[in-house]
Amino acid sequence: MASAAATAPAATASSRPSRWTRLPVISQLRQSVGLQRGMLVAGLVLTGIFLLTALLAPMLAPYGFSQLRDEDGSFGSLQEPSSAHLLGTTVGGYDVLSRLIWGSRTALLVIIVAVAASILVGVTLGLISGYFGGWLDRVLVVIADAIYAFPSLLLAIVLAIVISGGQSSMWGGILAAALSITVIFIPQYLRVTRAEVIRIKSEAFVESARVIGASHARIMIRHVLRNSTRTMPLILTLNASEAILTLAGLGFLGFGIEPTAAAEWGYDLNKAVSDVTSGIWWTSVFPGMAIVLVVLGLTLVGESLNDLSDPRLRKRAAGAEPVEDLGVDLGDDAPVAPGAPAGAPEPAAPAAAKEASA
Amino acid sequence: MTDIVDIQDLSVTFATDSGPVRAVDGVSLSVQPGEVLAVVGESGSGKTVTAKTILGLLPETAHVRGAVVLRGRDDAEGADVAAMSASQLRRMRGRDAAMVFQEPSTALNPVFTVGWQIIEGLQAHGSYTKAEAREKAIDVLRRVGIPDPEVRIDHYPHQFSGGQKQRIVIAQALILDPGVIVADEPTTALDVTVQAEILDLLRRCRDEFGASIVLITHNMGVVADLADRVAVMYQGKLVEQAPVKELFAAPREPYTQQLLAAVPRIGEGLARAEVRAARRPEGWADQAPVVSAKDLRIVYPGRFRQPDFVAVDGVSFDIRPGEVLGLVGESGSGKTTIGRAMAGLTKVSGGSFEVLGVEMNGAKEKAIRPIRHRIGFVFQDPATSFNPLLTIAQCVAEPLVVHGRAGSPEDARARVDELLEAVQLPASFGDRFPHELSGGQRQRASLARALALDPELLIADEPTSALDVSVQARVLDLFDELHRELGFAALFISHDLAVVDMLADRIGVLHKGRLVEEGTGSEVLGAPKDPYTQRLLASLPVPDPVAQAARRAEWEELSA
Repeated sequence: MASAAATAPAATASSRPSRWTRLPVISQLRQSVGLQRGMLVAGLVLTGIFLLTALLAPMLAPYGFSQLRDEDGSFGSLQEPSSAHLLGTTVGGYDVLSRLIWGSRTALLVIIVAVAASILVGVTLGLISGYFGGWLDRVLVVIADAIYAFPSLLLAIVLAIVISGGQSSMWGGILAAALSITVIFIPQYLRVTRAEVIRIKSEAFVESARVIGASHARIMIRHVLRNSTRTMPLILTLNASEAILTLAGLGFLGFGIEPTAAAEWGYDLNKAVSDVTSGIWWTSVFPGMAIVLVVLGLTLVGESLNDLSDPRLRKRAAGAEPVEDLGVDLGDDAPVAPGAPAGAPEPAAPAAAKEASA
Repeated sequence: MTDIVDIQDLSVTFATDSGPVRAVDGVSLSVQPGEVLAVVGESGSGKTVTAKTILGLLPETAHVRGAVVLRGRDDAEGADVAAMSASQLRRMRGRDAAMVFQEPSTALNPVFTVGWQIIEGLQAHGSYTKAEAREKAIDVLRRVGIPDPEVRIDHYPHQFSGGQKQRIVIAQALILDPGVIVADEPTTALDVTVQAEILDLLRRCRDEFGASIVLITHNMGVVADLADRVAVMYQGKLVEQAPVKELFAAPREPYTQQLLAAVPRIGEGLARAEVRAARRPEGWADQAPVVSAKDLRIVYPGRFRQPDFVAVDGVSFDIRPGEVLGLVGESGSGKTTIGRAMAGLTKVSGGSFEVLGVEMNGAKEKAIRPIRHRIGFVFQDPATSFNPLLTIAQCVAEPLVVHGRAGSPEDARARVDELLEAVQLPASFGDRFPHELSGGQRQRASLARALALDPELLIADEPTSALDVSVQARVLDLFDELHRELGFAALFISHDLAVVDMLADRIGVLHKGRLVEEGTGSEVLGAPKDPYTQRLLASLPVPDPVAQAARRAEWEELSA
């Protein structure tokens, strides 16, 4: 009862869990149990390692990504793993471990640019398309469907050529890869946002804003947009892993970044193809593993977020005996629903008491 | 005679995200053969959970303690449902106990014929030849009052009306002649006139089929009409249990008294309307109306060569300043459409509809915008009418910000606190999010938002139909009080005659898009002229078993 009597800011602070625990991934981690929790934790650990490696690459990597020699002279080509080169060297004479670590940086940059650009464009188009409908909506959806019809890698190759025009600098390469991925992802964000916007548009609170007389821009930004981005973290993680695969695919086919501009796993794999037949395993296994593990980590996070965000798929800790005072939470019209945020029953208790006492 | 259902000290706990929640707490109940036991209570009281345990229909997250002994027709011993295995449950369901669901349109599978669905239940409990099963299904359909059962048995659910679908669901429950039928809000989704027919059928289930019925409902009128004995539940506990006449005549527990007092009754509004009429200044009747509809016609265009749907057809009415017009009608009568057209949410197709001096027929958004701030709107479902990501204060401040009365929600806070106070919510509630408020509180906040700009016209579209009875009473009182203070004109839309009667100066009765009757409360409810209004009034069950028995006789005469 104290929270109702207390001053406004104090009431909000005490009646809701802290901001930290309501962040997207953290809150899901807290409510998960069993296998779902295991999957999520495994995914988060793999993703965390990937992020740390990318951020700390200059400190972790023993050599530069394009370094071919040090004080003792040239590294030599196709050296077996040794104390000087923990994972050996490639056919071009680069250190495999260093290329691996620097490569995570390229991958992360591509993910960030690709996902940020596609969200920005996709969500904006989806919002406009879903909110206004009509001919604009039809045209955009047809274009999105047309893009779906192309094999995505083929489209990425065409775009890589168009965008970079054979250029192979680090940023040129990254942008070429990222923007070609963006074009493939925009239809996805457009479709998801559009579907959500169409659903939200018919909700009573949007109509209520119309009755109040709010302008279209205000309704779209203040009422519709924020309510229709709930599934974004999920698509984001799944797309991030797809972005890595597309980048690696481009690199493997030779449309990636030159080894002197940046390290790229797909390029390294391409150069390692001929080594496999001659029994040289270290040049192909490690970049391949890196791709697999990062994709696995991101997919695990995405999939478990998907399961956890759906109350029908979410497992809960088995209900033992309740603490006695929990019975109060089922007040006559207290908003207790399965899936209600953890903070809901507490502030509702004084409310229920107030209704009942009247 | 032994009890057919015997619930002993039942407790049910659900595992939820916020920890275990006890939904039912130490409930003991029994049902005798051939008896109708009504379990009443507000939402969240645990009435549905209690009844569902009789069939073992709880989800996996539930933890049941206590015993639910169910005796079959020829099984004197009985068995504890709570301890049954899945296969035992399967054998018991349908044979010993059956269920009638709330929403008949979702309880039937749309891709199978109704006959197939009835026979499916039959085949699960014994082997019948095709002809035998079909004969039994036709027989049960005839007994629940489906005309031409020999032909209708091969029809699909969408070919039946809502009331007929509920009859089929009841036929499905009756086919194996179970000892007890659990009916979970069997008439809530139906219109009043259809509700009366279904209640009549349920009564026949008891009289002709000899089944006991456990009736779960929040409608005290339905209880008075059908029940033999009543159990009142509140917050998972059994509050009171008594024969129906005793409970209505002399409720023992304070909660029961409060619950009964909150039920709106027809005739209560007359005195209020008279007081309001007396207060009006002279010459009031000659004032220019706020809203004036003449031969209003609203058509929803049909798609794919379907004919157009005429939602509102030739309706004329006036609302004068400070007057409350109540619109009543069943679902599909066009009452909500009129309200939406008044707020410019639906296009007018024909006739003339003048709202605050603006002709809505053919009006563009630009023409409507200048009068927006003079119109307030209260929506039906308080759960969806607030943006879930904004606080209540931000939501209430929205009209002030949009119309430039305040620069930002923070600037408007003083006015918002004033408004919240006017609807009897503490100012600190402004910092909460909509999901943290109960339904009644949210609906009051919705009223605060509608009144933020001091509108001359308020449109309330079924503002209390999603609320519990006691909460509804408080919201209606508040509406009346605010109306007295602020003197706005209002269109009050409801399907409940008693609710409209409490607030409206004049009442309009809509039927299939036409205004069949319009007049003051005493004219329309006291001496209805139109046969539809008469039928509507007679179908409405009153919360008094003695009076309801008399009305039922009247209704039977009227419908014969």
